[in-house]
Amino acid sequence: MEELRAKAKELLAAGTVKVVVGYGEGSDKYRARAVFVRKAEQADKLICDARCQQNLAVYLTRSEVKAMGKPAVVARPPAMRTLLQLAAERQLAPGDVVVLGISADGKLLDLPDFKAIESYVATVPMDWESNPELARLEAMSSEERWAYWKEQFSHCIKCYACRSSCPLCYCSRCTVECNQPQWIFAAPHTLGNLEWHVMRAMHLAGRCIDCGSCSDACPVGIPLNLLTQMLAREVKSDFDQVAGLSADSEYALSSFKPDDKEDFIR
Amino acid sequence: MMETRILKKQALGTLLERIRGGGFRVLAPSKNDGHVVFKEVATLADVDCEAIQTTLSPKAAVFPRCEELVNYTFTAKNVRIEDHEFQATPTVLFGVRPCDARSLAILNSVFAWDVKDVFFQKRLEATTVIGMSCTKADDYCFCTSVGGSPGDTSGSDLSLTLLGCGDYLAEIVTEKGRRIVSLAEDLFGPAGKVNKEELLPKIPAKFDVKELTGKLPDMFTRNEIWAEQAMRCIGCSTCAFVCPCCACFDIQDEASRQGGTRLRCWDSCGHGQFTLHASGHNPRHSQGDRWRQRIMHKFSYFPDRLGYIACVGCGRCSRSCPADMNLLEHLESLVEAK
Amino acid sequence: MEAAQSNAYRPQLMRIDKVVEEAPAVRTFRLTFVDESVGRDFTFQAGQFGEYSVFGEGESTFCIASPPTRQGYIECTFRQAGRVTSALASKDEGDIIGFRGPYGNHFPLAQWEGKSLLFIAGGIGLPPLRCVIWNVLDLRDRYKDVTILYGARTVADLVYKEELEGWRKSGNVKLVTTVDPGGQTPDWKGEVGFVPAVLEKIAPASENTIALVCGPPIMINRTLPVLTQLGFTAEQVYTTLENRMKCGFGKCGRCNVGKIYVCKDGPVFSYAQLQQLPPEY
Repeated sequence: MEELRAKAKELLAAGTVKVVVGYGEGSDKYRARAVFVRKAEQADKLICDARCQQNLAVYLTRSEVKAMGKPAVVARPPAMRTLLQLAAERQLAPGDVVVLGISADGKLLDLPDFKAIESYVATVPMDWESNPELARLEAMSSEERWAYWKEQFSHCIKCYACRSSCPLCYCSRCTVECNQPQWIFAAPHTLGNLEWHVMRAMHLAGRCIDCGSCSDACPVGIPLNLLTQMLAREVKSDFDQVAGLSADSEYALSSFKPDDKEDFIR
Repeated sequence: MMETRILKKQALGTLLERIRGGGFRVLAPSKNDGHVVFKEVATLADVDCEAIQTTLSPKAAVFPRCEELVNYTFTAKNVRIEDHEFQATPTVLFGVRPCDARSLAILNSVFAWDVKDVFFQKRLEATTVIGMSCTKADDYCFCTSVGGSPGDTSGSDLSLTLLGCGDYLAEIVTEKGRRIVSLAEDLFGPAGKVNKEELLPKIPAKFDVKELTGKLPDMFTRNEIWAEQAMRCIGCSTCAFVCPCCACFDIQDEASRQGGTRLRCWDSCGHGQFTLHASGHNPRHSQGDRWRQRIMHKFSYFPDRLGYIACVGCGRCSRSCPADMNLLEHLESLVEAK
Repeated sequence: MEAAQSNAYRPQLMRIDKVVEEAPAVRTFRLTFVDESVGRDFTFQAGQFGEYSVFGEGESTFCIASPPTRQGYIECTFRQAGRVTSALASKDEGDIIGFRGPYGNHFPLAQWEGKSLLFIAGGIGLPPLRCVIWNVLDLRDRYKDVTILYGARTVADLVYKEELEGWRKSGNVKLVTTVDPGGQTPDWKGEVGFVPAVLEKIAPASENTIALVCGPPIMINRTLPVLTQLGFTAEQVYTTLENRMKCGFGKCGRCNVGKIYVCKDGPVFSYAQLQQLPPEY
């Protein structure tokens, strides 16, 4: 924690960055919250402990944060993967952000460029590789799984906390907000909720970097990350691609090569 | 002087049975996958009596997530609107905290203002509120800062307070409450002198809401305050949707070639699209502008126009906010701002 | 019928009797009530608006563009901009749409009897003032001078082209039309210049006069200083605001500017009232 604060002070004092997006004390001892430190003397607000799980990279694509100038961001492995994926999607250029990496065991990492981040994240396993919840879902029949998700989505209140907390949901106009035509229902009935979550999961297939923010954010506790984790596994097995491991990759679902094994498009 | 009775603790389950037998559906706090929400319950065993507060408020009973406003069918060159009288299901909301009970009058002030909303009116008329005074509070609660209290009976038709011995003090607040008692007269005994205040948790007021309401009109143009407060807000609708007092809505048409429905759905001023014009102009284009609207509407415009602070201090928004905005902290900060 | 009438969200069915293509993407509908008894009882005041529906698509907010002095029909003029207006634009004479209203406040025409009226409109800003113009012309001897200054980007963009001609020829009003520089056609006989500049040029008198202004924000912003220069006080200038709306009667919570609701306290405001409002419109 001291190392992190010292580094933040150094970056702000030297003017290398205009804001450090990090974690600060939250409402109670169980919570941390995002803080935007703009003066070196305020860097002591920064904390780093087990409470600090929110994916702060979500703030990097917000206009209010961009307007502050070059940021540094405190990044746990999921946030590091986010930065790589944003770079791969041309939302972030090298040098746009200084990364204050926090290793899986809480140490400050020196990650001067995307290559360094790539080397580190390659050593951190994804949650979907071993999540027993996925096996539990797979063991269900498709009728059971459909009933399970219908029941879950009957509680969804369409608050869009899942979308707002997801750093890969940065579209300035989301599909659900298009009304010419209205592709999917905007209303919060079960069918509309189901359409929303299935659509969002599909738009994240192969792009989700497995931070779990969607599930953490959901006020009614729907385990949304199970959808995107399932699809991450599908994309891995079908296209051998995993999101967030490289700043320079083409998205499997939007690129075609003449020697692709699928021939339906020929 | 309000009529009081005693309800023995072992009679509570029977009371619920009698209520259901009287033709009411009962909605009460009930566990659902790690959260406690208002759900239809069959017996007392389904009710969670321990939770300080539910995740979602009971407002869905009178202001559902989706309400069908108009149903229509298409004929060759014409449209036919279906005219049927809306009927609301007789409902008892059981185990409603005093903060939530107060919120119904606040919602009603919007839906009864000038043009009456028949759906809300009928649902409210068909709803009986059995309040449950609080035995504990957490740091997110601030009912006493906005004119409420953990034992307040306003908004309840029948109000229950847990006594030390496990029985309940029952206060019959309205005619609707009396009708509930009449379904189970044998379960209610006479009450002696009870010091209700002693049974309630002590919740000191955390800020002066009159001072806040007085300051806010002049703070509209303090953009730097609103931008700073809203910095970590991610712009979802969680706070508005869990809030018992938020009533803003959207109207959506859903139709096929045969016909369709016009729906009223929950909406939130925190959304970027809430005030977006077709031209692309947005009077509230930054999250700071939208946060300001939330605060000003609840603590300035609403009391000015409709006579209520549109917040009952239930703390739900702060407990559920994914970005830990914490409304109470922001309100305290506004009161202290120069 | 009682049950139906008590549902404030239920629209009246309207038949499109006439469609006029005013300008590119701008149309006027003349609407009659399918239920004639409702049509006979229907009254409103100049400046009020309604929610016009396309069943299956949604509702859109337009002022009632015809005057209350004409019974038996209402008119609306709209530009195709989004989902609902695009669906409206595909409707033909004989088709059925919905209407809820009238909502909002109105221009205080009764208070202005004996005064002169100056109408200043730009582009699609003329429809909200048209109801007032016709209301005034239908009761012409109650008002003194009537001046209409109307401009659009190009000649093609001028709305109510036939009516403009009628007003010009009537001798009842002073009509000045203008198009933006570059918007004129070879046979254009009107002014060329932005509305505020033309206003400065014609310099109407401010004494005992009410100015009604409606148009794109930039036009209004540049027109107000000219009116001040000409001697108009803030109480003498009126406009009509628009804002995103859904319910139209003060419940959905979206059209407020500070503590006022455009749908209930407006849409008609004097400039003096606007000056009291916070800058969020």
